[in-house]
Amino acid sequence: MGDLFESYTMGPEWDEMFAAPALPREEARLLAEALGTVAEAELERRCAEAARSFRDRGITFSLSGEERPFPLDPVPRLIRHDDWRIIEAGVTQRVRALEAFLADAYGQGEVFDDGVVPRSVVLTSKHFHRAAWGIGHPGDPRIHVAGIDLVRGPDGRFLVLEDNLRIPSGVSYVIENRRLMARIFPELFNAQRVRPVAEYPEKLLSALKASARSGGPDPKVVLLTPGIHNPAYSEHVFLARQMGVDLVEGADLRCRDNMVWLRTTKGDQRVDVLYRRVDDEYLDPVHFRPESVLGCPGVLNAARANNVIIANAVGNGVADDKLVCTYVGDMIRYYLGEKPLLESPKTYRLAEPEQMSEALARMDQLVFKPVDGSGGKGLVFGPDAKDSELEQLRRLIHSDPRSWIAQEVIRLSCVPSRTPDGLRPRHVDLRPFAINDGNRIWVMPGGLTRVSQSGESLVVNSSQGGGSKDTWVLTEPPC
Amino acid sequence: MAESLFWVGRYTERADDTARILDVTLHNVLEGSNLDASVVLAELCHTMGIDVPPEGLSPAAVTEALAYSDDGSSSIVASVRSAREAARGVRQAISAELWECLNATHYEMPSAVTKAASMGPHSLFRYTKERAALTAGLADSTMSRDEGWHFLVLGRNLERVDMTARLLLASHHGTGGQQDWATTLRCCSAHEAYLKTYQSPPSARPALEFLLTSRSFPRSIYFALSSAEQAASAALNHNSRHPSQNPALRLLGGARAWLEFSETDALVASLPNALGRLQQACAEASDLLWGASTPQERCSSWASEPIALSRVTHLVSRERQAAETS
Repeated sequence: MGDLFESYTMGPEWDEMFAAPALPREEARLLAEALGTVAEAELERRCAEAARSFRDRGITFSLSGEERPFPLDPVPRLIRHDDWRIIEAGVTQRVRALEAFLADAYGQGEVFDDGVVPRSVVLTSKHFHRAAWGIGHPGDPRIHVAGIDLVRGPDGRFLVLEDNLRIPSGVSYVIENRRLMARIFPELFNAQRVRPVAEYPEKLLSALKASARSGGPDPKVVLLTPGIHNPAYSEHVFLARQMGVDLVEGADLRCRDNMVWLRTTKGDQRVDVLYRRVDDEYLDPVHFRPESVLGCPGVLNAARANNVIIANAVGNGVADDKLVCTYVGDMIRYYLGEKPLLESPKTYRLAEPEQMSEALARMDQLVFKPVDGSGGKGLVFGPDAKDSELEQLRRLIHSDPRSWIAQEVIRLSCVPSRTPDGLRPRHVDLRPFAINDGNRIWVMPGGLTRVSQSGESLVVNSSQGGGSKDTWVLTEPPC
Repeated sequence: MAESLFWVGRYTERADDTARILDVTLHNVLEGSNLDASVVLAELCHTMGIDVPPEGLSPAAVTEALAYSDDGSSSIVASVRSAREAARGVRQAISAELWECLNATHYEMPSAVTKAASMGPHSLFRYTKERAALTAGLADSTMSRDEGWHFLVLGRNLERVDMTARLLLASHHGTGGQQDWATTLRCCSAHEAYLKTYQSPPSARPALEFLLTSRSFPRSIYFALSSAEQAASAALNHNSRHPSQNPALRLLGGARAWLEFSETDALVASLPNALGRLQQACAEASDLLWGASTPQERCSSWASEPIALSRVTHLVSRERQAAETS
């Protein structure tokens, strides 16, 4: 053990690197040894180099209009091969069930008739779009890309917090983080077998091409971005470049004869697949916000005519609704006849009177989340909240119980992370990315690990400050 | 004078290409968990025409041999020094800015190597690439388009043809997986340009087609070869109203025309022969220009004949045996 970990003290949470003070877990032993040989000053120099490299390469996200780097923590996060197998199977299972659910919800609606999910829950979701009803062939994927947010509880088990089936972002950081780690800390990789993540853009491109219904053998894919003011613009550029597809904005597209065309200096080109990073509400002013200039009028009708594939499909947001999310376990049993491999923390549906009174009696122990919030927006942690805040929340919930859920507070697992005071435990989450090409669901071995900014904060999100870690899924050790 | 400038171009390009190839290959060894590091490194040594280092096939040993070592080999450090040595004799013929750039790069090398030892070799590769780009940019923007400049461009492009041919040969012998071709394209900084052109993951046929015959990508063999031909034509003051009587120019032009008008499928089908023919033409042209004396002798012998993959595998097994017995 080197001096780097000398002053490291474990917290009460599950520590992913240490089993006991100064005793690394088996899979982390090599990494702890290799890191131990790096002197503090050296670590600082290399982190500065990493930050410079990110700045030079323009890998940033914008926060309130300001370009910021997404700081990379130098200590990688390890995931054992057997833990990964559970995550991989669990994420795949979840995506399969959610595909079935979305097809059903925007189709026959058997899930409602069979009483598995109440029709009212879906119809009242802000992200349920009637305009999406009946689009697409049965069996076609709707979730081309999924980002499932996981956390690890105090017992080391992985739990699902939320699904992102609309336009999950962050995958470019996963790939860039790995690239940078291999360049700046090559010695940490020694003797480790880390599964590669670089093939993601290829997998995404072939899934998008495979989804095309129109056109010839070489379908045209474009990436639709809201433009340079979008927080994830640098990711849009990255993916377009890595896939070799055109990065376009709404004004570059036009719809004619129920088809989507890309305007170029050499005339219009037919678009077969629209990988859009624009929200549903802004995608098509004909059906959604009429004032939006980020999308293109008519794309939804073109999709309905099967002349273009919109990826991800319009209307997926209904499954991201946190109240709908509480039914995913039932969906897995209903559609797949399987037992859910990944569980969620115990959740109270405040729209149901008994559950509401139970939750409101324990307000100071639970976390309350708005059903359509993302990125930790609007969260109220009962244990930290003042009485007046809880009172205000109680009134809000009484007036609109459909818009809230309550959950047991999970003490997120920790990984040693670099802070101004040396290495300290910091909370992490994990967002694995899955790609569905219609035949197979592929889960990228790794994912985005976000780190909380302070030791107390249980919110890990780029919009709340904090950074990310390179996530290493280890291969099975040779016997 | 002309000869020195030819070698300035050639050694600078060699340092640049070596840095690119090493950067991508070493990165892949770290990142790709399903690669056998020693096989990859043995192939690399073979591609670059060096023996397996006596210390073995570790990334450190191979980096030492191909980047840091300064014993007259074709490592990055040695190439940078050779470029500077070649320029020193003709300081009056090149611009002061170009000379300063070559000289400063040479003197910065020890500290760049020291930095690479602590920060990882990538910093050295990046430095080398940046300095090569600066060298090329200064040559283009501060030198008259005289004979000397044309020879510099000729040297740069002949080296580029040779290096790219080596890479293609190595990839062709390799397992031929998708990842291999992505790596090869990255080594030539051609990955993004390739994706833009084909919009599909790299595979053997289109990747070879792109790197052999692309007319718009400056690191393709066709592009480099026709740039070399143009430079040679200008340097040798060739009168375009008559067919050239200069044998070196005739060789380059012939090779370019052959590549330009061959069918891609035929080229791919007999790739080792095709690449051998191009390398041969470049080596012979170089010899014809300068006579097979002093440093260029190394160059033509450098273009060694293709070795079957079995030999690479053999090298690895010998390496392993040595490791086991020790």
